This record gives sequence, C-alpha cells and structure tokens, in this order.
Amino acid sequence: MIRNHLPALIVIVPLLVALVMPVLGRGDKPWLLATLASWASFAMTIVLQVQVSGLLRNPAATPAIISYPIGNWQVPWGIEFRVDALNAFILLVVAMISAVVTFYARLSVAHAIPPERVRFFYSAWLLFISGLLGVTMSGDVFNVYVLIEISALASYTLVAMGRYQNRKALQGSINYLVLGTIGAGFFLIGVGYLYSVTGTLNMADLSTRLEPLHDNRAVITAFAFLLVGLSVKMALFPLHGWLPDAHGYAPPIVSALLSGVAIKVGAYIMFRLAFTVLGVEFTFAKLPTGPVIWLFATLAILVGSYTAIQQTSLKRLLAYSSVAQIGYIALGFSLANENGLTGALVHIFNHALMKSGLFLVAGIIAYRLGESEIGALAGLGRKMPFTMAALTAGGLGLIGVPLTSGFVSKWYLVSGAIDRGLFPLAFVVLVGSMLAVIYVWKVVEIVYFRPASDSAAKVTEAPWSLVFPAWILVGASLYFGIDASLSSGLAQEAARFLLSQS
Amino acid sequence: MRDQVILRVVSKITAPFILVFGFYVIAHGELGPGGGFQGGVVLASAFILYGLVFGLAELDAIVPRRVTDGLAGAGVLLYVVVGLVGIVSGYRFLDYTPLRVTGSESAESWGMTLVEYGVGITVASVMITVYREVSQAGAAEK
Amino acid sequence: MPFFELYNYWIFILLMMIGLYTIIASPNLVKKIIGLSVFQTAIFLFFISLSKVAEGTVPVTVPPAEVYSNPLPHALVLTAIVVSVSTMAVALAILMNIKQAYGTVEEDEVDQAEAH
Repeated sequence: MIRNHLPALIVIVPLLVALVMPVLGRGDKPWLLATLASWASFAMTIVLQVQVSGLLRNPAATPAIISYPIGNWQVPWGIEFRVDALNAFILLVVAMISAVVTFYARLSVAHAIPPERVRFFYSAWLLFISGLLGVTMSGDVFNVYVLIEISALASYTLVAMGRYQNRKALQGSINYLVLGTIGAGFFLIGVGYLYSVTGTLNMADLSTRLEPLHDNRAVITAFAFLLVGLSVKMALFPLHGWLPDAHGYAPPIVSALLSGVAIKVGAYIMFRLAFTVLGVEFTFAKLPTGPVIWLFATLAILVGSYTAIQQTSLKRLLAYSSVAQIGYIALGFSLANENGLTGALVHIFNHALMKSGLFLVAGIIAYRLGESEIGALAGLGRKMPFTMAALTAGGLGLIGVPLTSGFVSKWYLVSGAIDRGLFPLAFVVLVGSMLAVIYVWKVVEIVYFRPASDSAAKVTEAPWSLVFPAWILVGASLYFGIDASLSSGLAQEAARFLLSQS
Repeated sequence: MRDQVILRVVSKITAPFILVFGFYVIAHGELGPGGGFQGGVVLASAFILYGLVFGLAELDAIVPRRVTDGLAGAGVLLYVVVGLVGIVSGYRFLDYTPLRVTGSESAESWGMTLVEYGVGITVASVMITVYREVSQAGAAEK
Repeated sequence: MPFFELYNYWIFILLMMIGLYTIIASPNLVKKIIGLSVFQTAIFLFFISLSKVAEGTVPVTVPPAEVYSNPLPHALVLTAIVVSVSTMAVALAILMNIKQAYGTVEEDEVDQAEAH
C-alpha cells in the first residue's frame, strides 16, 4: 500500500517529524528523529527511482511516468505530483545528500548551536528538506512557487543560525532573504503571465496549450521573468551575489545542503520549464536563450573560479567554487543536445557529492579548530590524516582529474560542446579546470607542506561520526568516477527523455 | 496603557466578539470568503489587543509560551492527519471521501472544515508568538 | 486607446518599480523590508486584476450567476499573501538579531562595524 503513495509520503514524513520537533526536549532526540525521517525519505526515493527508470529493469525499457493527483482531484484542475526520469534522478540526489548530512549533524550542531535552540534547528532543517523534495516532484507551477518559498524560508532561518559562530551570518541571511524573495517574486510574475495566456497551472496541460502560442508576447515575457527568477535561485552568474555570504557564514552542514542541493533544485526547475513546459523549439530556436546562457555560464565559470583563488576562508572559497560549478550545469543546459544535458545532469549528481563532502570536511575543521581560515589549516595533514585525505579527494573531483566523478561530467560537457561545433565553450570548460587546480592546490599545499600553525598543533583526528559521513560522500564521488555506469546511465536516460518530450 | 479607562473597558468588551468573528471567518471558509489564514489572524488579533492594552505579562498569563508552541504544531498536524486518513483508508492523500461521517454528501464539508480549523489554530498561535517575541525584544531594549 | 484600458498592468509595473527602488536605495534595513512588501503587493495586484471579467458578478450558484469573475487567482493570491507574511516575519526576526548584534539597523553602519 505504501508503494502506491510514495510521492506523497516522501514529502509528508519529514514534514510530520518537523512539526513534532518543537515539543521535544533537549538531548539527542531531535537528531535521532531527523535522521530516521531523512533515511526513510531516502529509502522511498530509491524505490521510486526503481519504479520509474527503464534502465534498472530487466530487460531495459523506456522510463515510466508516475502521476499522483493530490486529493484525487483529476489532473488539469487538481495539483499532481508527477515523477518521471528527470525527477526521480534529482529526488535521489536530494534525499541521498540529506540523509548523509543529517547523520553527520549530531556533533556539529551540538557544537555550533546553543542547546535550547537545537530542536528548532532540526525542525527548520526537516522543513527545508521536505520543501526541496516537494519542489522536485510537483507538477503544478504554482505549487512549485509555494514549495520553493517554504524551503527558502527555512534556509534563511538556518543560515541566520550561523550567528552563534560568526555574526556576519546575519548580514548574509538578510541579503539572501531580500534577493531570494525578489527572485521568487519574479518567478510568480512569470507564472501569472503564463496563467493569463493559457488559463491553467498544470505543467503537462501548459505544454499542450503553449504549443501554438510561440509568438505571443506574454509568453515571451513570462519566460524572461521565469528565467531571471530561477537564475537568482540557482545563483547563475550576474545574480549570484547572495551566495558567497550566505554559504560562507552559515553553519557548515547548512552550507553543505545549500550548495549541494538547493541551488541544483533551482536548476532542475529551469530544465523542467525550458524543456517540458515551453519546449526546446521555443526556448532555443525562437529565443536566443542558448547564446545568452553560454555567455553567463562562461562568466560564471571564469569569474567564480578566479574569485575563489583569492579567498582566505575555506568556506567562502568553496562557495565561489559553487558559483563556477553552477556555470558548468548552465553550460550543459544551454547546449541542449544529449551529451550536454547528460553532462549537466550527471554534474548535478557529482557536484552534490563532492561539494557536500567538502563542506562536511570544513565542518570537521570548524569543530576541531573553531575557525576555517585557510592560513590556520597549516600542517593539518599530519594531525588529521583522514579528514585531509577527504579534502584532497574532493578537491581532485572539483578539478576533474580522471578517476574522479568530476572528470565524467566534464567529459560529457566537452563532448556536447564539440557535437555542436562550439570549440570555445569546450576550451572554457578546460580553463575552468585549470583555475580549479590553482585554488585546490592552494589549500592542499598549506595543509600538507607547511609546518603546523599554533592552532593546528594541538588537534587530533575528529570523531568517526563526523569523518565517516564525509568519507561516504567523497568516497562515492570517487566510486562514481571509476564506474560511472549507474550515475551517467540514469542521467543519460533523463536527458533522452527530456529531449524526446519537446 | 493600563491607565486608559476607555481602552481597558472597550478591549475587554470587544475581545469575545472578535474571537467569535474569527471562528466565524474560519468556519465560513468552505462556503464563502474566509478560511483558515484570515480567521487565524483575526483570532490572534483579539489576544494581541489584550496584550497591547494590559501588557506582556498578562498575555503570558493567559496564553503561556508552551501553549502557543504546542498549538502551532498541532494545527498543521491536524491538517496532515486529515490527509493521512485518506491514505490509510485506501484512497489518495488529502482525499476527503472517507470522511463521510454525517451523510453521503458531507465528505467535502467535513474535510474542508477540519483543514481550515487546523490552519486557523496554527496561524493564530504563530501570530501571537511573533507579537510576543517582537515586543519582548523591544521591552528588553529599554 | 489601448494603453489606458490596460491601466492595471501599468499600476502593477509602477508599484513593482517603487518597491524595487526602495529596496535598492534605502540605507535602513527596515525600509528595505518595507520595499520588499510593496514589491510583493504589486504582484498580488497583478494576479487579482487578471481575474476580473467585465460585467462579471461573484461566482455563486444561488442565485445562479451567468458571467462571473474567476475565483482561482484569488485563491493563489491568498496563498502568496501567507508566504509574504511569513517572509516578513522571518526578516523582522533576523533584523532584531542584527540590532542585538550590532546595535544599529542602518546598512552602512553595519558594514562599517564589519570592516574593522
């Protein structure tokens, strides 16, 4: 019976647990319940992926579409949760990262947040996760707006909780709030224009009604507003100003989930709108979306990586690196061919693993050292060998060294660019990797090749409950670099499905 | 503001009417303009009026912090439980059909009413909490 | 003239720009949040003005209405208002914490305090 109701339960279970959280006391109960809820959601997304995907069945078949109308109101009038090949893959990424990071969170949260606030932290945390899971599954554009705002409000609160370590988190949070709300407002204006032209809010119904309307100025305006709003949520180049402060000063587990998952969900909505609702012909043939996003993606990669090199704080360096990696995903999106889309989708998966793992490592460093300035990391290579090995492996993944998963996504992106004859874009991907070498080597050199600083001299290796989840994520990124058949297979299936729909 | 006679008397007289109007707006939501959010805000405004005129300590005496914290979650819990009744009875999430308690046509009525009350309780407790936190921070400033 | 018949769209754009200008140009963080509220109110006006049907009455069945205004955007706007109120509440909570941490709510004074 649960099998039939998976789409609803994936969102409801974390939501329910979030609601009972405030009446629990201090102690470990909030963490335990949060971990159980996130693992339950993760298990359900695995079952959903197996139900939907054609690859994982024997013999291989075309992917299925699961439609779950809420309240049994039939489709164009009611809200539905619609899971297809693209959705199931992104759901898997979101739930997987949430499950691992929530397990890690016990010691990190106990260290960074005062005990009477811990249960509210986990409540906001679970609301954030359930909002993201709902955004990924929803088949109704207004429902997407509401769930984006639910997860965004929870994340503004979570970022502001970094104030107990560094009061700059408050400025970062209010900045993130204002820009995020403006972005969501633009998304809502776009939804309003689409509704005014078609009279429906359901994505499948919108795509059939928008087919004859490619010349309608309201539809073009709607697309412009939607694109700008989603670029704010995704932190694509000119609209990324909120990201370095918010991700740099938030508690490390919050940054792990924000950088690893939240901006990817924004990118997923852009994929969904451009390919399923509006169609490839409208988005890429009629409007110059392709060249515009090539430009911004290139600037994101180059400016993001270059600014990352100049940072002195590890978390801000990782935040600027996220800006660059979103540039790669946008580049794959704008290429709009099978290799490009596969590269973008598999990079969503790989970067989520790598960046969350790296932020968890930054959390371990903050737990032991109390700060995350790169200068203070000198000589930690000998004191915390496992943690620093995870840092190095994650850094190699960001560069895209062969045998790491970063290489797989960059391979697909470069193939996609070459398939369209756009050699400058392939060159940009390689230049981005070279800039990544500089900022990763900067950290690795200080960690391994300098004598221990004063604060580093006194530390020992971190507790296993912190190191083990970080190694799960980084280890998975290494595994999926060596044997990418599962991740790139699912991504390719999703890319083919997207292109076949328009 | 405690020494203003008119404010004290009028707020004590009108508070019950405001509460009744709030419940009316919530209950009317299935048939006409109204609903959980609007009714919840009206309900909260009765308590906030009392808190403004008589002071924060009095408000804490009649609506302690634990009550608003608990009710805030309980309201949404009611909403989600109504949804889960649908799943447990073999229909979809938030399907109102198993709620045919008083006659075969009443399923939607019961479903909507319960859901609106859940939302109304949550919104009222959250608004009272927001007022309480803001004025407490303001009082601490002085 | 078609421009003046579409006055609801003009008002929406005007209010949206006033809100955005307030966000950009105010030095005080509370005024920025007020600008955010004006911006969101403009969007709600846009949605509601979409729902009006000329010569339309309320959508009721007793007495039966032949031409009625569209009630769906009203439901959407109610939801969006709830979202907006929650955003304001979170924003004010963060501003209270900023006042506690820095002693001021002026953006340039907060920047100066961090520059040291």
